[in-house]
Amino acid sequence: MVRLANDIAAQFRHLPPDEAAADVADHIRRFWDPRMRAELLALADHRQVDLDAGVLAAAELLREGVAR
Amino acid sequence: MTLLKEPDLGTPDRPGEATVEVDIDGQQVFVPEGISVMRAAALAGIEIPKLCATDSMEAFGSCRLCLVEVDGGRGAPASCTTPVAVGMKVKTQTEKLAKLRRGVMELYISDHPLDCLTCPANGDCELQDMSGVVGLRDVRYGYAGENHLDAPTDHSNPYFDFDASKCIVCSRCVRACSEIQGTFALTIDGRGFDSKVAASAGESFMDSECVSCGACVQACPTSTLQERSVIDLGMPTRSVLTTCAYCGVGCSFKAELRGDEVVRMVPYKDGGANEGHSCVKGRFAFGYASHPDRVMKPMMRDSITDPWREVEWDDAIGFVASRMLEIQDKYGLGSIGGITSSRCTNEEVYVVQKMVRAAFGNNNVDTCARVCHSPTGYGLKQTFGTSAGTQDFKSVDQSDVMVVIGANPTDGHPVFASRMKRRLRQGAQLIVVDPRRIDMVRMPHLEAAHHLQLAPGTNVAVINAMAHVVVTEGLVDRDFVAERCEGFEAWESFIARPEHSPEAVEEITRVPAEELRAAARMYAGAQNAAIYYGLGVTEHSQGSTMVMGMANLAMATGSIGREGVGVNPLRGQNNVQGSCDMGSFPHELPGYRHVSDDAVREVFEQVWGRPILEEPGLRIPNMFDAALDGSFRAVFIQGEDIAQSDPNTRHVQAALSAMDLVVVQDLFLNETAKLAHVFLPGTSFLEKDGTFTNAERRINRVRPVMRPKTGKHEWQIICEIAQAMGYKMHYDNTSQIMDEVAATTPTFAGVSFELLDRVGSVQWPCNDKAPVGTPIMHVDGFVRGKGSFVQTAYVPTEERSTRRFPLILTTGRILSQYNVGSQTRRTANVAWHPEDVLEIHPHDAEDRGIRDGDLVSLASRVGETTLHAKIMDRMPVGVVYTTFHHPVTGANVVTTEHSDWATNCPEYKVTAVQVKLHQPAVSTSHSADAAHEPSSVLID
Repeated sequence: MVRLANDIAAQFRHLPPDEAAADVADHIRRFWDPRMRAELLALADHRQVDLDAGVLAAAELLREGVAR
Repeated sequence: MTLLKEPDLGTPDRPGEATVEVDIDGQQVFVPEGISVMRAAALAGIEIPKLCATDSMEAFGSCRLCLVEVDGGRGAPASCTTPVAVGMKVKTQTEKLAKLRRGVMELYISDHPLDCLTCPANGDCELQDMSGVVGLRDVRYGYAGENHLDAPTDHSNPYFDFDASKCIVCSRCVRACSEIQGTFALTIDGRGFDSKVAASAGESFMDSECVSCGACVQACPTSTLQERSVIDLGMPTRSVLTTCAYCGVGCSFKAELRGDEVVRMVPYKDGGANEGHSCVKGRFAFGYASHPDRVMKPMMRDSITDPWREVEWDDAIGFVASRMLEIQDKYGLGSIGGITSSRCTNEEVYVVQKMVRAAFGNNNVDTCARVCHSPTGYGLKQTFGTSAGTQDFKSVDQSDVMVVIGANPTDGHPVFASRMKRRLRQGAQLIVVDPRRIDMVRMPHLEAAHHLQLAPGTNVAVINAMAHVVVTEGLVDRDFVAERCEGFEAWESFIARPEHSPEAVEEITRVPAEELRAAARMYAGAQNAAIYYGLGVTEHSQGSTMVMGMANLAMATGSIGREGVGVNPLRGQNNVQGSCDMGSFPHELPGYRHVSDDAVREVFEQVWGRPILEEPGLRIPNMFDAALDGSFRAVFIQGEDIAQSDPNTRHVQAALSAMDLVVVQDLFLNETAKLAHVFLPGTSFLEKDGTFTNAERRINRVRPVMRPKTGKHEWQIICEIAQAMGYKMHYDNTSQIMDEVAATTPTFAGVSFELLDRVGSVQWPCNDKAPVGTPIMHVDGFVRGKGSFVQTAYVPTEERSTRRFPLILTTGRILSQYNVGSQTRRTANVAWHPEDVLEIHPHDAEDRGIRDGDLVSLASRVGETTLHAKIMDRMPVGVVYTTFHHPVTGANVVTTEHSDWATNCPEYKVTAVQVKLHQPAVSTSHSADAAHEPSSVLID
């Protein structure tokens, strides 16, 4: 999962960070099962794995989306 | 239906609006300008005797049987080679002509065996028919003169014989091989009386370049080229029109039977996809359907270590339903799911995804397209608005330039390849983008203008560089872009950056910059340029990015929305398009509509009577991961061998072993069934009743030629499982299933079995706006409104060659075998490909002391297998290649966990490997020997 999330972030790295984070979050929201999203957010919380900065930024947006 | 014989008008049509008036035997007829007198007569209902003419090929004028008299003309010209002219008066039946025709027939019959009563073609022989038509009663020359009656019969091909004693040297087989198939394997050898049909340079058919497409057998007017099955079983007595179950071309066939036994499959002239042509698989390799390995009774066992026990249908269905409910009760709604198959019909797929969504109550449904064309679905949806190719196959007849990327049509999609080759012989240009020198790069009568022999994994860099040339050299179709697209300015600035130039990427792609620039100019400069692509595009870590990159290039040059252009996936399996259309992806309902769309969910909730979750479900690889973490406990697998086909075999096996219930529905006990608890025997395409949708979105009927050998249709089994789980799901027949698809899915709104039976086939969208379908998409606007340019950054794969694994493995397929081979390995097609071999460049082989035929080990960081080496220079140095049709080879043992970022489609096409001599023995045998270790296999 970490590899896949980082791969997604890599595809948007040429964009401005905010735009990239939004695209990464949108992709994960539209294509990932909720249990995978929850697991990703947990990993992002604990920072125990090597998540790309773009993924971490997207995780914040996903968390806000969940909150909304 | 009795035996269906399509009319043969003798010579091809000449499409055009102009007509001319001619007089034939006193009838005034208006016919298309440019057609032959023979065809004009046939259109008027007047049959002129013929032997060498047939309307699938150009006229040849050799048999001299079709002679006519034309007022004001001299002699008796051949009607097949004489074009109609304004005011022409033709006589087809005169005393003079009758005498001439009888004379011609006398000569033929004087050198032909008179064994009609025992001849396999008795009743289906044009020579026999014509003898009757011309009233031949006697042969004045006798039968004792010099003749060919002792000419030998070639039995070398497993599917047909060539009995030279019956040959009338009409050249129909030779012309079929060249004009229709485009292989040029046959010729007329010798002159005058010594003239004879020869395969290649006088070899046997099996040793020649013949690809066993069957076009010559189809064309032969006598029993010279005859199907073995007809020789063995006799002439068929009835026909059923149906659709081939092999590749994504989806050819229409007449299944010709005696009783319930299929005697032969004959390509159907009115088939929209194939127009009377076929390949070795569809034409001949149907024997697997009655292979003794087929399982006919449901089977169950408590543990995967127990032996199977046969059970009754009710017991199996009841057990599956109760266990699914128990597991959900214990582990939650999302703990079970299903996988659909591209080898099943639209109706069978639809009911599986409906069972998952309505009876299981979740979106955990996925399909085998996950490992082949899921990036096509994603990429074309993002850019064009729908997940499908843009053209019909016929469109290529108008292409001036074809770009073939990561596909090998002559092997993977041979019937469409024949159409492509025909257009190329007419003068269209070809650009091949492939690490391997596929046959189409250079073959008889055609040669690619450019072969961009890129390094595996650099597709996106190449397509970006082509787009860079288009943008920076002023080749953009500005009017098209302004009117039809959005996001162009940002994309233009992105792609014009120097890092995307051919020169900048030459070092990583290994494509000479000048060659790439020339190819880009050729594509952009063509009046009509079309892109055709295969799994060499999709099965990469940037598969989806590459699909979007091709779409960008097509939009930038205005190559969308008319005949001859477009972006076209060549689908691997027969119903990949259909299985995706039917809502097999965990994030999409039928018609590619996201599950989060409230309005769409409401449509299905009303019809299905159950709420539908608004969140995506698990993809196949996610199911495996969830099985190992304990949250996914049961799966229903329809016609899919994931233990053999998906990457990282050990991971898949561990996941399946961790589940409480694995249900497999298939023809054969496959690798996945070894890890299953319930096996539900499936039906072959000869028993199915439904539809397939091919790569050009063409919906074709699959009609049963016999009742299900297992006693139940697959869709009935699914419905009964759903019912046993408490969800009411019932249909009287598959027509009702399609009616439900039409009622819920706008792109299928006009589709019904009644329509298909009436018009033959339709291409979706088929609705009020397009009552008989849509051959070309995005004509006046894109499905999403404006075509969207997407910035496609090249991100190198993490799978790279290293000191330990210095070579890159890439994979493909061969003509005679299909996918993982479970069907074709159970036919005589194994004669052409008894095992998978490793193609290796002479330099790489020499470095390793490997000789042709040596057994070698192929190892990656995740696994190792062995196979025989074949030294070839089709690949560049540093790249090796194999096919994946035989389980014993096990290419999947070496493939890695890398996948497409957007869809999880495995990166089958790039694996860092090392190749070593396995043992010093030199073997040129084509059979696996004892040292050949069994393992698992890779899929497309």
